[in-house]
Amino acid sequence: MAFAKKSGPAGKGRGRGAKATGDKKDGQRRGGMFRRRKVCKFCAERIDDINYKDMRMLSGFVPERGKVLPRRISGTCALHQRKLRTAIMRARQIALLPYVTD
Amino acid sequence: MSDRKYELVYVMKPDATEAEVAEQQTQIEAIIARVGGTLEKTDPWGRRKLAYDIGDHKEGFYVLHLIAGSGELMKEIDRRLRNTEGLLRHLIVRVDEHERKADRAKNIRVEDSRRRRVARGLPPDRQPGEGPQAQDGDDDDRDGFDPTEA
Repeated sequence: MAFAKKSGPAGKGRGRGAKATGDKKDGQRRGGMFRRRKVCKFCAERIDDINYKDMRMLSGFVPERGKVLPRRISGTCALHQRKLRTAIMRARQIALLPYVTD
Repeated sequence: MSDRKYELVYVMKPDATEAEVAEQQTQIEAIIARVGGTLEKTDPWGRRKLAYDIGDHKEGFYVLHLIAGSGELMKEIDRRLRNTEGLLRHLIVRVDEHERKADRAKNIRVEDSRRRRVARGLPPDRQPGEGPQAQDGDDDDRDGFDPTEA
């Protein structure tokens, strides 16, 4: 009985939004700060071709240190992250992008 | 046979003269002519800064070629470029498959949107003046929201 009582109201609220409330990724955080939901840039802008020559696009995914910006930060989807990685590796080969910067 | 498309990028030393750049290109053209294939496009990017030093060079002269040919041809070009002095880097990438994939993805998306539009009872293609992205749309079909009011 106690179990049912407990799960009642909580279960109702357990939609998509409520589930995320406890989650780190949710918008509302303790400090009252909002975090926007991350969307894959390439899906959103419908870029089919991630090209190693497009420096303006690539440099957005290569922070100062020269590493590839991780998915958890950029929000890129797995498919596009993989393509992005290939593009960055190619750009590095011909010295368009650095391997490391220190 | 030779229905593949490749991109070739190479970086020459920044102090290469115009004659040397031209010489490099004629050499590549010679290989293409010998093995069979076509040079579809040449795009010299010119001098640009290298992301890292190569030897003691901080700049390079970039040239891009678009070549249609066989794998054998590219192998030969690669072998030759490896042994070429005055070349800092080169990169050969096969592009035809990639382009095909990108095209297919685009087609799927277009067809998808058409199907959805038909399902909503709309004509399959976006009409002029329709939707928020319409370039010359003069807000003929009002939907109750006027962006200029806001």
